[in-house]
Amino acid sequence: MSASTEPPPSLVVEAAGLTKRYGRTMALDGLDLEVRRGEVFALLGANGAGKTTAMKILLGLTAPSGGGARLLGLPLGDPSARRRIGYLPELFRYQGWLDGREVLRLHAELAGLPREGWNASIDEALATTDLRARADDRVATYSKGMQQRLGLAVALLGTPELVVLDEPSTALDPVGRHELRATIRGLRDRGTTVILNSHQLSEVEQVCDRVAIIHRGRMLVVGSLETLLSPGGVRVRATGLDELTMESLRRFGELESDGPWLVIRAAGEEDLPAIVEIAVHAGARVYGVEVLHPSLEDRFRQLLESA
Amino acid sequence: MGELAATWTIVRVTLREGVRRRLLLALAGLSLVAVIITAWGYAQLPHLPAGTNGPLSTPQIQLVASQLLILVMFMFGFVLALAAVFAAAPSVAGELESGEMLAVLARPVTRRSVLLGKWLALATVVVVYAVVATALEYVAVGVTTGYLPLQPAEASLYLAGEGLVILALTMALSTRLSPVTAGIVAMLCFGLAWLGGVVGGIGLAFGDPVTTQLATVTRLLLPTDGLWRGAIFSLEPAAVVVAGAAAGPQLAAFPFFAAAPPTLAYLGWCAAWIVGTLSLAVVSFRRRDL
Repeated sequence: MSASTEPPPSLVVEAAGLTKRYGRTMALDGLDLEVRRGEVFALLGANGAGKTTAMKILLGLTAPSGGGARLLGLPLGDPSARRRIGYLPELFRYQGWLDGREVLRLHAELAGLPREGWNASIDEALATTDLRARADDRVATYSKGMQQRLGLAVALLGTPELVVLDEPSTALDPVGRHELRATIRGLRDRGTTVILNSHQLSEVEQVCDRVAIIHRGRMLVVGSLETLLSPGGVRVRATGLDELTMESLRRFGELESDGPWLVIRAAGEEDLPAIVEIAVHAGARVYGVEVLHPSLEDRFRQLLESA
Repeated sequence: MGELAATWTIVRVTLREGVRRRLLLALAGLSLVAVIITAWGYAQLPHLPAGTNGPLSTPQIQLVASQLLILVMFMFGFVLALAAVFAAAPSVAGELESGEMLAVLARPVTRRSVLLGKWLALATVVVVYAVVATALEYVAVGVTTGYLPLQPAEASLYLAGEGLVILALTMALSTRLSPVTAGIVAMLCFGLAWLGGVVGGIGLAFGDPVTTQLATVTRLLLPTDGLWRGAIFSLEPAAVVVAGAAAGPQLAAFPFFAAAPPTLAYLGWCAAWIVGTLSLAVVSFRRRDL
């Protein structure tokens, strides 16, 4: 097979102009998406923004109305791409009449994993998701959080190249969420690409390399967390700043007042010494200086409001 | 994974579901009770007072037993159809609603293999149930009255075929409708097809060609009733068939009498109907957005 001699494509997902129409509703309206190999990529967006639809189209569960995509270098809907993907759906339910280990065995079989490796893969997935103690109980007796962890185990089974997690922490308690973050970091460490769809912005902030914000089926912004969050500015609390000093501070960025603080938009950490020097030199008394880092949540709200 | 291997996986997991959810146990247990009750009923026949002539003669007992057997088989056919509908209606629609199907279909399996795997598993249950339940019933009637129908195996297979037809229909409906709606629509179709056959029989008895054709059309649209007629014919004693032929078309109005077996062409149509309906189900499932 030629695939084994060629280097793996550096883009795990390449989607261009994906559209999906449900009756009169446009769930996706020309979505472009690129996910690089080995990164943890988050899809953010308000409810109904099209995140889940985008995931389902990539997995071949839903047909796009327009546009196209390649997944792991293969055209959309090619079942062999799904051999290398693990998926935790947003709406997760597993066969209640099976026990946890049997669900995993069913998926090992459906995924076409080599039979001799099943037990080891299943044990590993159970250990990662902390489900070993309940692995032989019927899934019907699991709590919602445990079912979600089983779903995660199903997604991790057989070390897939790409793991797609749709709202993976909705049913998890704080400990479970912490473990989930550790699991995602572990996946990145071993080179697995992760696409995460989440409402937990703090979770995204802690584990993701790149973030895409989707709004009404379109890509609003995509980039690394640093670039998305960088333009925060600097704020200074000082007395005795005269008009002349303000004028010379303006070269660092636009000025805004925020209570006792003077905010210099577009200024960065590297500008702090110069700003302080100017203020002190002009005879002002400086009580505080701070670099502003907006949280992803602030940025998210800001973007959605301006959209 | 190969399509056959995936189908086989789905067959096994569906059968396991039937066992774990105690569907098979309930079906087997209740049918056994039905067989025992009917055996007791057949055993009462020789003790029935028959007016002034004393107890029933052996030919009379066997004639009554043959008619009772057809009624019991009608019950089994109904239970079989009902069980097939109840098992098949949620098999696709229910798993789509709950989300169970999402994780399965994100695997490298085709929707065709999932659908056919489920149908094959339930079809196995239908055929095994039809054969075992009717065989037990033959034993019950044979031991108690000494009567055995002329073509017992054919009758069992006709019943099984009826189950396979309704199973395919329900499965196709289940790819688009909710479990409850799919089940109700399938049962309504089953009832209408039977009614169409009964009305057609009356039409034949009264020589009304339009009504007779209506029955032909319903038997082509949904071949459950046509196959049930085949089962009736296989269960009839020779004497009834001869008497029926002598009585002319009037007897056709009686819903538990069949004058002739289904033609080979009709059986071919039934097989094609099942294959066609399953193909439609596959296409419908494939086009469904999840």
